[in-house]
Order: sequence, then structure tokens, then C-alpha cells
Amino acid sequence: MGLLSDPNRRRALIGLLTRLNAPICVVCYMAGVAWFMGLAFEPFTLRTYMSENAMGSTMVEERFPAGERALATGREFAAHKKKTGGMPVDWLVKTMQSRGLEVFTQRFSRRLPFPDEDKERYMVKGTNVYGILRAPRAPRTEALVLSAPCTAGDHNNQAVGLLLGLAQYFRNQVYWAKDIIFLVNEHDLIGMQAWLEGYHHTNTTGMDWSPLQGRGGSIQAALSLELSSDVVTSLDLVLEGLNGQLPNLDLANLFYAFCQKIGVLCTTQGKLQRNDWDSVSGYSHAVQTMMLMAMKQASGRPWGDHGLFLRYHIEAATIKGINSFRQYKTDATTVGRLLEGMYRKLNNLLERLHQSYFFYLMSSLSHFVSIGYYMPAFGLLGVILLLRALDLWVQLASPPPRTEDGVVDAEQVSSPGVLSVLTPLAVVLTAIAVYTLLPPATRARVFYCNPVCDVRRVSLCLLKAADGSGHGAGLEGAEAGGRALPGRAAGLHRAHQLLPGLHPGSHAGARGRLRHAQRAKVTRLQRLGDRCGSVRSLTSRSSSPPRRVLSAFVLVVLSPACTLLFSVFFFQELQEMPVSFLDGWMLYLSVISQGILDHALYGSLVYPLVALLVYPCWLLFWNILFWK
Amino acid sequence: MKILGLLSLLATHLSANSVNIEENAGQFFSSGHTNNWAVLVCTSRFWFNYRHVANTLSVYRSVKRLGIPDSHIVLMLADDMACNHRNPKPATVFSHKNMELNVYGDDVEVDYRGYEVTVENFLRVLTGRLPPSTPRSKRLLSDDRSNILIYLTGHGGNGFLKFQDSEEISNVELADAFQQMWQKRRYNELLFIIDTCQGASMYERFYSPNLMALASSQVGEDSLSHQPDLAIGVHLMDRYTFYLLEFLEDIHPASKSNMNDLFKVCPKSQCVSTPGHRTDLFLRDPGSALITDFFGSVRKVEITMETVNLTDPIEQVEQNFVNEDLQKESYSYVDQLPVSEIIHQTLAGEDAPGSIVAVGGNGLVMPPVFHFYFTVTRHDVATRQEEPD
Repeated sequence: MGLLSDPNRRRALIGLLTRLNAPICVVCYMAGVAWFMGLAFEPFTLRTYMSENAMGSTMVEERFPAGERALATGREFAAHKKKTGGMPVDWLVKTMQSRGLEVFTQRFSRRLPFPDEDKERYMVKGTNVYGILRAPRAPRTEALVLSAPCTAGDHNNQAVGLLLGLAQYFRNQVYWAKDIIFLVNEHDLIGMQAWLEGYHHTNTTGMDWSPLQGRGGSIQAALSLELSSDVVTSLDLVLEGLNGQLPNLDLANLFYAFCQKIGVLCTTQGKLQRNDWDSVSGYSHAVQTMMLMAMKQASGRPWGDHGLFLRYHIEAATIKGINSFRQYKTDATTVGRLLEGMYRKLNNLLERLHQSYFFYLMSSLSHFVSIGYYMPAFGLLGVILLLRALDLWVQLASPPPRTEDGVVDAEQVSSPGVLSVLTPLAVVLTAIAVYTLLPPATRARVFYCNPVCDVRRVSLCLLKAADGSGHGAGLEGAEAGGRALPGRAAGLHRAHQLLPGLHPGSHAGARGRLRHAQRAKVTRLQRLGDRCGSVRSLTSRSSSPPRRVLSAFVLVVLSPACTLLFSVFFFQELQEMPVSFLDGWMLYLSVISQGILDHALYGSLVYPLVALLVYPCWLLFWNILFWK
Repeated sequence: MKILGLLSLLATHLSANSVNIEENAGQFFSSGHTNNWAVLVCTSRFWFNYRHVANTLSVYRSVKRLGIPDSHIVLMLADDMACNHRNPKPATVFSHKNMELNVYGDDVEVDYRGYEVTVENFLRVLTGRLPPSTPRSKRLLSDDRSNILIYLTGHGGNGFLKFQDSEEISNVELADAFQQMWQKRRYNELLFIIDTCQGASMYERFYSPNLMALASSQVGEDSLSHQPDLAIGVHLMDRYTFYLLEFLEDIHPASKSNMNDLFKVCPKSQCVSTPGHRTDLFLRDPGSALITDFFGSVRKVEITMETVNLTDPIEQVEQNFVNEDLQKESYSYVDQLPVSEIIHQTLAGEDAPGSIVAVGGNGLVMPPVFHFYFTVTRHDVATRQEEPD
């Protein structure tokens, strides 16, 4: 007989499961955490190596000469930018044309769901300017992109200058097999999203843009440049993109190979590489780098202009020039040579980068762990859920008379159902109240002044998150959530009877849409409450007040909101820029609003995931906790 | 007295010389081959395999310099490096860094190019089974007095050579192709050189006579590339062929270097891999085989004032002139193949002597075809003896 079909053996296994459940879970948890921490230990990592044969083992000789001229162009760009107060479109078009590129512009405009935190604007309008360098002998089937953002103020002027200098140098070479597109985008990510949508003829985020007049074939790789000083001491590579997506590891390997060849100091996550991996501080440095990468991926926002390319399966990275207090400075010519070398190597590609890993964590630029090594840690944490579920299932199945009670009770759940729903509902209301109470306290930083308008906007966002994301390409999770929500709201009739009492609860007054949002949340909870009706029998065991208070406290600490607050502080610590509590609080609020904004603008999935999955599950725990 | 002595000395000297020249005349035809062919194949495509094309082109250049004309060279290049978009010097293929030597030039005749370089085409060239529409430049029109040089380069492994990144030729196939060539008397002696990783595995299975093989590395070893050019950005040559080219640059049409010198090219210290060779199937002593027997097309010319008597054998025939009418063979064309009779035949073919009765249409057709083939070849051989070439 098989292991599970033999009743004796099964009973023995089940006995083991129920007896040792808690210890096994604890062991699994500690093993998972220890595994993850151990990943940063250098003997467990692999050295990075170039996997793509076409990018080859041989280096090319870089001959870019014109760094100083590039800086002068950058200064000119800065002057024109200040004069026009935005993007100097005409000057850029004229300069690119004089360098022999085919120049095109694209206008775009976007209405933000709520005003931006630091610029307090509703409508964002801008122009992207891009020039295409056609490959002299090749057909126009493939392209590479070099982009530099046009930011207001004194940032990134040298990046644009270097971009134009490289354009002039590249134009004189005959060995290009792909078109090279030099892009200067306005308003950072919004402009980049408009350009990418125009290039690929998709419209996922509801932006308004003029169609692109010139195209270059399918884009094989892209680099975004951020350079704000004439000399740099190190170059930082930013890999994390939208929804935590990463480019192919070969792009990072290419960057590192050229850094080593040219002798430029290169970093990732802003942290310098250390050689003493066997000391405690060296190991903690590696752990910090890896944790930073994991947290940046978890935030789901693109950490550079390159982040939006990844959705289109274009390998992209951002190179940031950092000027800190070190003796050895690298000038613009050397940075230009590094980029020239990278582009010559990318030119040799015959297919998209696919030989190396797509999922990895880097503890430094020369060491990485792939998904096969870090997934078991999360697997161990997932096993805990499985064990708990099995334990519950076994306990549910064991006493026969109780199941009848459970069935009967489920039908009568409507009357205790009101009580069970009120508690989480009160919490929901407090959460919304938190949103509404915030503006008077922090008006200049987070939201615009009118609380009523903001609540509407926030709820609009929630709704938009729910059903507006339905037309987003590739947002399957949010789509499912979005489509499910109105369906559930419509399908349950009992909800109407429960809600009349809610009117006075809403701070903003009787706004129909707000009620709709709340109703949607309530009905979901109702359904969840139905399902866990049979579970209450189990939780009645843990009904002693002090234990309940302790559980409630733990639940508050582990709430999504508190976890986010702690992680904000932790993130700042990891970056070696610790903040005071008030600054941290401001940062926390901006993180929340930025998350909502990211979802609305680029289709980031973190906000809908938290709002529709994590948050209701957490509310359900309250339901379980306070069941009578 | 002195004059007499001098005259006698001169007479003996002259007679000795004439004897020497007669001996030398014997040495004229010592190698047994009368024409030279070369089949040079590069099997890899893509820009990063630049060095394989450069390898093949440098051997082509040497072979042409030593006298083999383009009509006797079948050059197969799987990709066009000279006009590749990534080539910073278009229309050139360099074999030495700093662009010292352009092996592409403007008199290169590529016979099989690009996607035409396949295993099937290569084997068809070797065995001669090409469709009638194939032009002469794409055929290996060798005969039983031809010495053929076959040079292969590309990516290989244990027992195979990769063609075009999509198919392979195995060592068994290659050995069988050479056996077919031997059976059809398509070569006198054959020199096989291969420059790939684990190249020695390719000649392990040869079993036909008069084959000599060289490889750049043993089984389990990789053949390495020689030097990159930083302006072009690729490796330009493989080590073995680089040193082979250096060796061949010293060979001129009259040089007497033999195969033993060729075996010493690129020792392990230079090549990192261990070159290997195989001579057990070669009927002559490798020391007596000259480099120019395979790499060049050498016509030996010696100017002499003496008369060499080459007519001795013919005198004997003259004595039998009277009986010639009786011994003379009359030649005529073989009967046309009676196709219609064959198709409508139901049982064994009565025309084929000693044929095996086979069931089925194919069996009926095969014996008469066989019979036809043999009569044709016998006819050819008979006529060829009339015209020394």
C-alpha cells in the first residue's frame, strides 16, 4: 500500500504533523532566514562571467577622443534649458541634425490622478527628442538605445552633453550593424513611458502622445545615462526595473568587464566592493548590498529610466556617475570610452541577450546568486503555510459532529455576520480616516489641501486600481482583482441590508463612489467571513483576553502599514543615510502616494497587490482573532 | 696526349651525364600524380568566427601561390566576413594583426558561399555526385592521378564537425566518402588537414589507402585561437593554421621539404594543443612525399642538352606490328539501356549476366544499371590509356 493510502501510516504521519507542527514551522522559518542570509557569504556565490558568445572574449580598442567637447555641449544645453525653462527642443533638434542623425520629436501629456508631491501639478506635458543613427550598411531591423533624461535644474547636463558627443563620434564609424537611437526624454519616467508606448504602438496607461515619425527596428538593448558632474569618482549600475524586473545578467557582466578593462571604479547599489569577505564587516556589507537589491525589487518601482524598457523584453540598465570625495577622478573621455566599448560589444550581438540569468541577486558587481539558489529560502517560508494549512485541515476533518454544526452555523452566519464584519470595517474606516486626516497635518508634503477632493481622488485611485487596470497589458493579477471586484459587489444581495448603517461613518460625507468602494470591500470581507465561518470553532480555543491582546498587538505590528514603515527606516539604514522619525514618516507617506502614482502611471503591481491581497488577508486575521 | 685525355674525360663525363639524365628521367615520375586539386572548407558563420574564414583564405593563398590554379581549387566559405556589417575595414579579411596581411584581396574565387556550404554539398563535391547543371567551378574533377588537399576548419568535437551552426558531419561519414572516392578512383593520394577542437577524432575512422591526415588537436583538447586584433575586435587566426601559414611561406615550388617537416609544425609549446597526424594508410614513406606534392601544382622542368631515349618500350610494339590487326580491339558504344523493356519486365532480367533475381521494381532495374556502369567505366579506362595527361 502507498504511503498515504495505508491508514496506519497515514495516521502516524498525521499524528506527527499535528504534534510537531509548531517546532517544524519554527525550524523552517529559521532555516529560510538563515539560507537567505547565507547567500551573501562569498563562497556560496558565483563569480560573474560573460555567457554570450557573440559579445565575446576579445575587447575592442576604444578611441573616443572628445570628452571635453562633450562637456562644453553639456554646458550649452544647460544654458538653453534655463532659457526655455524646460526642454530646449529646437536647440536639441538643430544640434542632433548637425551631427548627422535623423531627428524626430514626440509630444505627450498626462493627467495625474492626484497632484504630485513636490511639484503639485495635475497635468504633465512634455516633448521627447530623439535622433536615429542609421547603420551604414545594415538593414534597419535592429536598434540600440542610449538615453539621457532632461531634468529640471542643474542635473544631467553632462549626460546630455556626453550623449551628443558620442553621437558625433559614432556617426563617423562604419562598423555599426544596428541603428542607434539617441533619446533625450523629458519628465524622466513619464516621457520614457510615452516614447516606449509610441515606439511599440501600445497604450497601456492611458497616456496621450503623438505618434512617432521615425523608428529603428526592434530594440536589442538600452542604456540610460545619468551624469551630473564633469568628473566622476565612480560609476553606479542600476538594474532594478518596473515590478522588480531585472535585465539579463550579461548586461551587468559587460559593464563590469569594461570597468575592469578601463580601470574605472564601479559600484552597484551605491556600495563599493570590498575584498574582505571573511570578516564580519565585509560579510555584513555584502548582506546589505543584497538586501538593498531585494528591497528595491520589492518596491516595484523603476529605479532609473531603464526600468520601463524591461517590460518590452529589452535589456536595459542605468549608469549613474557619482562624484564623491575621492582622489582618483575619471574624466568624461574615459566614461565615453566605456560607453563606446559597451556599444561596440552590443553591436556584435546576433540575438537578444538570453544566455545568462534573468533572475538573480548581486552581493557585489562580481558575485551573484541565481534564482535556483535564492528561491529555496522562500520555498521554506512557503512550506510553513502549507504545514499550517494541513494542520487546520486535519483538525477540521477529525471531529464528525462538529462539521454538522459548522454547516448549520454557516447558514446562520448572517446574524453574527454583522458583528464579524463591523470590526474590520471599523478598521477600514480608520484607514480611510487616516488618509483624510493627513492633509491638514502634512499639506505641503503629501497631498494637496482639500481633504474632500483627496478622499475622492484616493477612492478614485482605488477604483481605478480595481477596474482601470483591466485594460493594462500584462497586469493579470490586477485585472483579475479588478474584474472580480464589481462582480462580487453585484453578486451579493445581503450587502445592501448591512450598509445603511455605514453612512455616518464616512468622513467625507455621502459620496456615492466612496460608498461603492466601501461596499466592495465589505462584500469581499463578507465572502471571506462565510468561508471562515467554520474556522471560528478552532479559534475559540484562543479566547483568553491576555493572549488576545498579545495577538492583537502582534497583528498591528505585522500590518502592511507598519511593515512598510519599518522597511522604509530599514532601507534608509541600509543605504547608510539614516533618517529621523519625522523625516522617515514623511518618506513613508510619500512612498505610499508614489506607489499609487506608479500604479496609475506605469502599471506597477505592488499597490494593487497590497490593497487587494495583503490588506484583506490582514483584515481577515482580525476577524479570526475577535470571533466570539 | 693531354687533349686525348681531356676528350676521353669529356666523353666519359657526357656518357655519365646521359646516364644520370636517364636516371633523373626516371625520377621525374616518381610521385605518381599528374595533377593537383584542393578542397578548402570553412564551416562556421557569424562575425565572431572570423578566424575560420581567415584560416581558410590563408591556406587558399598559399596553395595558389604554389601553383594550383583556381580551376583546381574548390573554396567553400560559410559566411562573408569581408562584407559583414561589423567589419571596420570592408572588403578585407586580415590574418595578421595590425592589418598586415589581407588574405581576401581581389582575386579570390569562392565556389560555395554562405548557405551553400552544407554537409550534403561537401560530400557531393568529394564523391562527384552533383547534378548535371553544376558548373565546372563547383566540381571536383579529379582522376586517379590527382593528389588532393582537403582542409577543414570550424568548430568541432569528438567525432564531428559542425557545419553552419545547424548540422554536423561525422568522422564515419567522412571516412565513407573517402572510400567512395577511392573506389571511383578519384584520387591518387589525399592529404587531409583539419583545424578544429578535438580534430584528431575526425581521422580516426579512415580506412581507405593513400590517405595522410593532420589535425590541430587531440581528442579532449581544444584548438585555440591566436591573436585578437583590437581594431576589428575579433580573433584573426587559429594557432595551428597561423604557424602552418608561416611554414608554408618558406616553401617555394622547387623546395624539397617533405611531410616530416609538416608534422613538426606548431609543437605543443606554440599551439597549446597537441597536433596529431596519421600516416599508416599512406603507402609511400612520408619522408619521400614532398610538400609541393599536395600544396603546389608543380611541373618539373629541367633543361638538358642531352637526348633522353623514352622510346624503348615502343620498339617492342613495332616488332609486333604485323600481328596488330589480330590483337586490335575494336571500340564501340555500349547498347543504350532498354528502359521500356526493363519497366515492363515482370521477372528477372535476362540481359544481366550473373545478376541476382530480386523482387520488386528496384531489383529489376539495378542489375542492368550495374552492368551498364561497368561497361562504361571499362570503356573509359581503355580510352584513357591512349592519352597521357
